[in-house]
Amino acid sequence: MNRAEDRNIRIPFGNCPKVYRAINRWAIFGCPFGTPVNRSRSSILFAVLALATMLVGCRRDMFQQPYSKPLEPNDFFQDNHMASRPLVANTVARGHLNADQAFYTGKVGTNLVETFPFPITREVLEQGRERFDIYCSPCHGRTGEGNGMIVQRGYPPPPSYHIDRLRQAPVGHFYDVITQGYGIMYSYAQRVEPADRWAIAAYIRVLQKSREAKLAELPPAERAKLEEQK
Amino acid sequence: MAQIFGKSSSSIARVSLVSGFFGFFVFWGVVYMIYWSSWTTAKGVPREQEVPFSHQHHVSGLGIDCRYCHTSVEKSSFAGIPPTETCMTCHSHVWTDAPMLAPERQSLATQQPLNWKRVNDLPDFVFFNHSIHVQKGIGCSTCHGPVNLMPLTWKAHSLYMRWCLDCHEAPEKQIRPRDQIYNMEWQPPPDQRERGLQLLKDYHISQQRLNQLRDCSMCHR
Repeated sequence: MNRAEDRNIRIPFGNCPKVYRAINRWAIFGCPFGTPVNRSRSSILFAVLALATMLVGCRRDMFQQPYSKPLEPNDFFQDNHMASRPLVANTVARGHLNADQAFYTGKVGTNLVETFPFPITREVLEQGRERFDIYCSPCHGRTGEGNGMIVQRGYPPPPSYHIDRLRQAPVGHFYDVITQGYGIMYSYAQRVEPADRWAIAAYIRVLQKSREAKLAELPPAERAKLEEQK
Repeated sequence: MAQIFGKSSSSIARVSLVSGFFGFFVFWGVVYMIYWSSWTTAKGVPREQEVPFSHQHHVSGLGIDCRYCHTSVEKSSFAGIPPTETCMTCHSHVWTDAPMLAPERQSLATQQPLNWKRVNDLPDFVFFNHSIHVQKGIGCSTCHGPVNLMPLTWKAHSLYMRWCLDCHEAPEKQIRPRDQIYNMEWQPPPDQRERGLQLLKDYHISQQRLNQLRDCSMCHR
């Protein structure tokens, strides 16, 4: 005789027993059984625990793992506080033996080399043009006249490539300047790889040639094209 | 025994059912908005640096190529942050007494690197390699946005996995010719889909490769 209807109280959704039962079981989170008092206590506990597990998501251990990426600061090393380490003195990094003196320094003994250490193909020249436009043109200009954008903004102008001294300079000179720097020009050894330095030297020769090539030197097909345009 | 449900229980139950239903969507809507907001992703928020370096000035104003400073982008997983020496290549003679470059000069004098803060930093459980992306036709601006227009550098995208997958699932939408990789103004042409599919062939990206791009282990190694 304990049924609610008999005691004449209104029960929410009392005339829909399915809904009523569902609310009764599940509206109070997680504890479908037990007395009402136990239910509310354990549901509060359950909610607190559920929120606590969400806090685990705040940990960033996997985002910042205890390993170092390139150039990251790291206080383990006291000399430069960097994760990246300088080479130990007198060691040679793999692939950096650089035994071929002419190729890696542009010199034989103290004399600048006169010839390229590998055959210059169209691909090499294309590569040279690309590297020249990236690393050299800001100062030397795309045509090598020494009037690049940085010079226009106040950097002391470098000499044009189209002067006699540089026309007659051996190719090793250009390689050596890129590698060692020259005057106020910094070394580009860290930025441009040896093969690319030679490619740039070859492209400088192309720029120089472009100013003094004679029509008669052109291959007949190219020559015909030019004469058509005249 | 006292009554468990009083007279108002009925209305309370109805109101809480209705508000529970809408509350569910409101709650997850708010979570979604916070998750994708720039407050969480730092997207579009300029990051403060010791030296207020302007990509806009150096790229758009002076026409310097990305690779002049980020030298290892074509060969390494890491594009490279330039050493002080690179800045000083020009700034040893240009703007030599500008106060904003004082940290640069100090760095050169003391041989201590500047502490540039990373703008685009992926979580450590993600493997990412710059060189393969630029070799296979993904340009700088696809991920980094219009860096050439940024007076201070900010993140252009959320770098969330969903965003990575947008491209990994359909690379033909973004893939470009090799000579356009460093062009910051490149936009997909109207017939990008056909061009993209052709470029996938040109870059020897097979169907098998495309499937691998969606593998978990492609990035989570």
